[in-house]
Amino acid sequence: MDDESGRAVRELALHLLDIAENGINAGANLIEIKVGESFGDNLLRISVKDNGRGIPPELIEKVLDPFYTTRTTRRVGLGLSLIKEAARRCDGDFQLESKEGHGTEVKVSFRRDHIDLAPLGDVAGSMISLILGNPGIDFIYDHDVDGKRFRLDTREVKNELDGGDITHPEVIGFLRQFVLEGLAEIRQQ
Amino acid sequence: MAKLTIEDLKKLRDSAKQSTALREGETNVKITVHMGTCGIAAGAREVMDALLQEVTEAKRSDIRVVTSGCMGMCSSEPNVTVEISGKEPVIYQHMDRNRMRQVFKRHVLIGEVQTDFALARVK
Repeated sequence: MDDESGRAVRELALHLLDIAENGINAGANLIEIKVGESFGDNLLRISVKDNGRGIPPELIEKVLDPFYTTRTTRRVGLGLSLIKEAARRCDGDFQLESKEGHGTEVKVSFRRDHIDLAPLGDVAGSMISLILGNPGIDFIYDHDVDGKRFRLDTREVKNELDGGDITHPEVIGFLRQFVLEGLAEIRQQ
Repeated sequence: MAKLTIEDLKKLRDSAKQSTALREGETNVKITVHMGTCGIAAGAREVMDALLQEVTEAKRSDIRVVTSGCMGMCSSEPNVTVEISGKEPVIYQHMDRNRMRQVFKRHVLIGEVQTDFALARVK
C-alpha cells in the first residue's frame, strides 16, 4: 500500500468523523459518538449512532463491500469497510445495526494493546469539524476512560448560547479548549 | 486556570448572537471543505483546522465555512471550494494547511485566485 491509501487509518478519530458524516448524509439531526477506553478488559470501543433514515435490510451486507456504492442514497462507501477491516486486524469486533426510518448504529471494538491499532488521534479536531460544518445537527460526544467520563452535548451548548451562533469563532475556540481539557482530565492517572 | 464549564459559554452569548444576526444578513464568502471518506483520508480535517484559525484571526463575520461530502474527484482531495459573491466559484485541489492559509490570505481576503492550486473555475 502506498502512503495515500494508508493514510485513511492513521487515526481512529478520522473514522469517527467519516462515520458521522454518513449519518449526516442520511438526514440525521442527532448523532451520538461514544469512545470507551478500558484497561480492565483491554478494549477500545467506539460507536456512532444516528437518527437518520437508516439502511434498508437488503443493503446492510452491501454497505460493507468496499466496491459497492450508491450515489443516490449517499449512505454507503469505502468508510465502513475500512473500519471493519481495521477492527478485524486488531482482534476486535464490528457491528452495524440499522432500522429503516429510525437510524443506524456502528459499534466497533479493538484490542487496546494490539500493535496494529491506530492511535485514537485528535478526537477534539474531529468533533470541531463536525460541529462547525453542521450547525443544524446536534452532537453528543461521550468519552469514558476506565470509568472517568467526559461528555459534550451541543444541545446544552446551544441552550447556553440562547440563539447565538455555535459556529462563531470564539465559541468554536471555546469548545475545542473544553474538549481538550475534559479529555486531559479523564486521562489523568 | 479554572476548568472551563459549559456555563462559561454565557460570556460568549452576545458576540455569538451578533454573529447569528450577521449570518442571516450578508454572507459574502462561502468556503466549502469537502469531507467525504476520500477527503478526510487525504487530510481535509487538517485543512479545516487551518481554515478555522485563519477565519478567527481575520475577524470577518461575513465568511461562512461549511463542509460537504465527496464530489467525485477523490484523486484530487482534499478539495476546497471558494465562493465569493458576484464571482465564479473556484475549486482548489490537493490542499494542505499551508495551501489553505495561502488561499485564504490571497484569494478570500484580497481576491487573487491562486491558479497554481486551482482544479477548476465553475462557470
